Formats: sequence, C-alpha cells, structure tokens
Amino acid sequence: MFAYIEKIKEISNRLLKESTVDLIIGFRKGTVPMMNEPCFAKTPEAVDGLVWDSNCGINLANYLANRKEKIGIVSKGCDSRNIVTHIIENKIKRDQVVIIGVPCKGMIDRHKIEAMFDTEIEAVTEADGRLNIKGDGVDTAIDKKDVLQQNCTICTHRNPVIYDELAADLVEEQTDVDKYEDIRRIEDMTPEEKWEYFEDLLSTCIRCYACRNACPLCYCPTCFVDESQPQWVGKSQNPTDIRTFHFLRAYHCAGRCTDCGACERACPMGIKVRILTKKLEKDCLELFDWESGLTLEKRPPLDTYRPDDPDDFIK
Amino acid sequence: MKVIKIDKKNWAEGLKRLADKFPLFGPVQKDEFHIFKELHKDELPDLSLQNTRLSPKSVVYPQSETLFEYTLDEKQADHHILKEIDKDYLPRAVVGIRPCDAKAFLLVKRNFDTPEYKDPYWIKAYQAVTLIGYACNTPCSNCFCTTAGCGPFHEEGLDVLLVDAADHYLAQIMSEKGEKFITAAGWDTSAGANDLREQVQTLKQAAETKITARVSTDKLKDKDTTALFEASFWEDVAFACINCGTCTYACPTCWCFDIQDETFGSSGIRIRNWDSCMYPLFTHHGSGHNPRDMKMQRVRQRFMHKLKYYVDKYANGIQCVGCGRCIRLCPVNIDIRKVCDLMNSFES
Ligand code: SF4
Ligand code: SF4
Ligand code: SF4
Ligand code: SF4
Ligand code: SF4
Repeated sequence: MFAYIEKIKEISNRLLKESTVDLIIGFRKGTVPMMNEPCFAKTPEAVDGLVWDSNCGINLANYLANRKEKIGIVSKGCDSRNIVTHIIENKIKRDQVVIIGVPCKGMIDRHKIEAMFDTEIEAVTEADGRLNIKGDGVDTAIDKKDVLQQNCTICTHRNPVIYDELAADLVEEQTDVDKYEDIRRIEDMTPEEKWEYFEDLLSTCIRCYACRNACPLCYCPTCFVDESQPQWVGKSQNPTDIRTFHFLRAYHCAGRCTDCGACERACPMGIKVRILTKKLEKDCLELFDWESGLTLEKRPPLDTYRPDDPDDFIK
Repeated sequence: MKVIKIDKKNWAEGLKRLADKFPLFGPVQKDEFHIFKELHKDELPDLSLQNTRLSPKSVVYPQSETLFEYTLDEKQADHHILKEIDKDYLPRAVVGIRPCDAKAFLLVKRNFDTPEYKDPYWIKAYQAVTLIGYACNTPCSNCFCTTAGCGPFHEEGLDVLLVDAADHYLAQIMSEKGEKFITAAGWDTSAGANDLREQVQTLKQAAETKITARVSTDKLKDKDTTALFEASFWEDVAFACINCGTCTYACPTCWCFDIQDETFGSSGIRIRNWDSCMYPLFTHHGSGHNPRDMKMQRVRQRFMHKLKYYVDKYANGIQCVGCGRCIRLCPVNIDIRKVCDLMNSFES
C-alpha cells in the first residue's frame, strides 16, 4: 500500500506542478478505523495527505459530474468504469480528466469485521493481504480476502479500464467467479417468497437516500422521488413508497451500474441494495451481452435502437 | 436520590410484571445492529449493546407521524376538514436508553416546547415516557459526551439510571416516574444503603476516564457569526459530503420535519416526516428559488446550526450530546469533532 501512496503523490504533484490539472480528487486518512474521506488536493501539502488502502470503497466518480475544472482522479477498477459511463453520458469530458489508475485488490467491509468481534475495533492495519485488528482485548490478524465487500469478491475488473497514469503494476483479474448465485436464488423463488424477501430486505430502510447519493449514476438534478409536480412518490415511511423508490432507482441504473458497491457501503442500515441492481446487470449481460463502463466505443443498450431489434413492441 | 440493588436474577421477572402494566420499549438486535422497538411480551431489552444504530428519538418523535385525516368527498358533511387522529399517549417506558439519548430529548424540547409554541404531539408523547437509562461502563471510542455537556452516567432527562455492576444492577431513582416504575416492577427497594451511591460514583469515574475523544466548544459563542459563515474551510469540509442526511436522521438532537398531504381517491391524511437540512428540498421555495442550492451551504448549515446558532440562541451549550452516531455512520467520514475544533479555533 505504501508504494501505491508514494506513487499517487508523485503523480499528483507532477500533474499539479505542470498545471495539467487544477485539482486532484483522492482520499485522505479517516478519523475512525476502516474509513477514509474523499478529498481534493490543490497544493503539495494537501497532496501529502493523500492515502490509499483497503478503505477506499467510496466511488470517486461520484465527485466528477458537471465539474468544470481539469481534474486528476484516483480511480480503482470500478471508479474507472463509472468514469467511462460519465463520459458516455456527457457528465464530464474525456480530455478534462487525467485518470490515475489504481489496480485494486478489493475493499474491506468494515461491518463484516465489526460483527466478528464483541468489542469495538480501535485500529486496523494491513500488510500483504492480512489485516491486523486491535481493540480492547483483541489483537489478531485475519485474511483480507475473508472480509471483502461482497461486490469485490466477485469483481472481474480490478484494473482500471481506462487510465492516463498508473500507480502500480496491473493485478491479476479474478476469473471463475460465480457472480449471480444470489440472483439465481431469488429468481427461483415463488412470487410469495419473493414478496417476503423484498419486504424483509427493505424493512429497516429509513429513506435517507445515502445509497442513491453515493452512486455516481444518480446525478439527476431532481430525482423522481424529490419531484413535487407531479409527486410520483409519497415521502413517508409507507412501505409501498419505499419499495417504489428502490425498484425504480434500480431500473434507472440498468445497463449503467458497475456493481461498485458504493450504494451498499453507504447505507447506514446495512441494506443489501445491490441485489436489485445486480438483477438488471445480469439481464443486460444475458440479453445484450453488455457490461457497463468498459468501453467508450459503444453506446449502452438502453440508449440504442436497432432496426433488427428482436422485440416487436418497439416497432 | 435513592439507589437500589436489583439482582440480575430478578430482572426479567420485574420487567414481566411491568409489561403487564404498560408498553415497554427497548433495544433489540436486528441483523448486525440494535434498534429501539416496542418489546413484545416476554421479550427483554438486550443490554449487551454499545448503543443502537439510530437514536431512540423515534419513540417520541416517529419518522412518519399521521396528524390529521380528511375527506374530499363533498357528499360528506365534514368534507375538507382536517380531523385529528386519535393517538395513544398512555404511559410507556423506555428501558436501556443511553444517558446521551435521554439528555437529547431535553435539547429537542427547547424547540418543541417553548413559551410561544407548543408542539402537542411531541409534548404528549414525551410526557408519556418513563426513561430508564443505562449507564455506559465501556463508552465507545468516538463518543465525546463528556465535552458535549453530557456523560456516560449523565442523569439529566432520566427517571432511573441503571448501572451494570456484575451480578446486579444498581438503579438510581431520580423522579416520581422512576419511583413508580421501580415499585411496579416489584423489585426490593429496601437496600437503599449509602455505599451503593458510592459504588455508582466509582463506576462513573472509571467510565469517564475511558472517554478520550473530546471537542472544544468554549470559544464558539464569541465567534463572529458572519465571519464563521464565510470561513474558507467550508469548501474542504463539505467536499466529500453526499448530502445523504444520515447524520441528521441518526442524530438524537435533530428535530426538523416536513408536512405532507397524501390523498388516495377522496380521502387523505396529513403526515409529518423527518426532514434534514442536508437535502436540497429542505429550503426549496415555491418560487423555485433555493437559498441553499449548493452542497457546501447545506453542510455549513448543519454545523452552524448545531455549533453556533443553537449556542447563541439558547445559551445552553451545543446542539449535540456527543453520541458519535454521525461519525460512525457518515459514509464519507465527515467528523463533527474535527469541524467543531475548526470552528472553535477559527480566527478571521
Ligand atoms: S447502483 Fe450501487 S453498485 Fe451500481 S453504480 Fe451505483 S453505487 Fe455502484
Ligand atoms: S441508504 Fe439504506 S436506509 Fe438509506 S435509503 Fe438507501 S437503502 Fe434506505
Ligand atoms: S452523513 Fe456524511 S455524507 Fe451524509 S449528509 Fe451527513 S455529513 Fe454528508
Ligand atoms: S451531532 Fe452527531 S454526535 Fe452530536 S448528538 Fe447528533 S449524532 Fe450524536
Ligand atoms: S442540524 Fe439540520 S436537520 Fe438537524 S436540527 Fe439543525 S437544521 Fe435541523
């Protein structure tokens, strides 16, 4: 990790010094264990505070939309895919960003680690794929791969898909992962079981919309849930309104979601919201052979029309 | 102030007797965390927790609360008239609330119960609760209650303070409501010896020394509001914020709400829902103008309200009890302790 950080700083300082960019978007060290804070750096002092470790799960592409400056952005695999999506959707121009690619070996899920111990965790350090965990009466090491965010365990694009600079050597991509085991399980349920599953899934949602706001795709100036003329959705804790928000949001992410996991990571209630977007990701893969954010050359399936479209409802 | 000793062997039995008399609320485990909810018969509050993920403010101030109902059907005599909904304000007890969360009700009260304005729903619901606090023997590392006008054994706002002392609880009774609660539970109240109070004091000191996180708030009052408002650090503070409002929804002292009418066919209800200054809609005018349409302005509002406007208006400390929830739950690690220190040490 240390080498990554030094390289990120070196690149950032160079880009700023040569005025290639106006600011760098990256992470600085958090104030609590297993957390880092997205930040910008315009000065060598600020660059000096940049960090990189397994607590950088927030998707930095979220901080790009509609910005006017020239930006250097630290990006792991999924961030780079969301940058591609941003460029395709005209939220940022390709020549406006200098992508500092960071090959990634997965981000850790702090809630998983917290749940493993009875006492509070006071410090976590990492080295060579192991995490050293310290707390009151706890001093132990665990394998990082056992506590990854779920999306990282099935990620097949750990290396940035586009980049201008690279902070480390590319890493080996995971192959042979079964991405959709959980989705198939739900697909196989009866309608009653599905109903119950979704009811339980969303039962603790407080509608803070952290999932939406952490998502780079959710950049609409006014989200449909915030619209008041007409008001599509009620604003109370009514379960139908809560479901409407989640299901519709998932559809708005169809063919765009990169399964970066930022939504799930941000949720204060630990709700597995990715289960909804993943189903649509699977559909896009099966129906259109499409994985989002991999190329600037092709339009996404949901904004293209082909005269030979196999479905006839559109003709 | 009387302190009694409750043998843990008699704990469940007493709560059972109470549950026959009135509803009990308490923390229970849900998935990986604790929530406050009404306990069903035979369910015990789970006191193994550090604290609940969200604050228990919802027991008095629900996230969504229906206030009125109405009909638009002109064939009905009372059409277009808001009719108040019947609500249950019968006594209830919250068992296992942390001292910070109980004190938070007193802060919120400054908003809902003033000489000029009285919020009948909040006031009635607050009057209905007996708060049985649970002292923090092992406070968590991001609590900074002792420098936020509170503490792990803080008594303000509580009717009883329960202290875990190995095989028994020490219960410090602080009000008539608390007295009634203990009597109704049928626990032996005779052992009110003096040394029990000393035991509480000893545990209290031990807990307080464990709290290392702190904030400085002493200079906030004297700061120039406009200068602070225009301070250059806000851009940096606000950058990471995704305006999710989690910090305000989780906070025991945030009180803001929004009123909505929902109509289905010809009948409708008027609801009040929590709202948050972190949302753009919070200040969106009917004209379309939004005086806080930038993220930085909203982030600034949250901290200025808690740490400056409130301080100036009520001369009673900050609008925060140091529970640490916003720090633990903020997805991008915006830390009120850091911001408070920035504000407190700000020189224009
Ligand atoms: S929906 Fe979730 S997983 Fe998909 S791009 Fe948005 S934040 Fe990432
Ligand atoms: S972040 Fe979690 S609690 Fe908030 S709206 Fe999304 S699912 Fe609900
Ligand atoms: S929880 Fe954090 S990101 Fe969300 S609104 Fe509060 S400060 Fe901003
Ligand atoms: S501002 Fe944060 S620390 Fe203070 S009472 Fe609210 S949630 Fe707790
Ligand atoms: S911080 Fe914001 S949401 Fe909380 S009470 Fe103040 S204005 Fe309301």
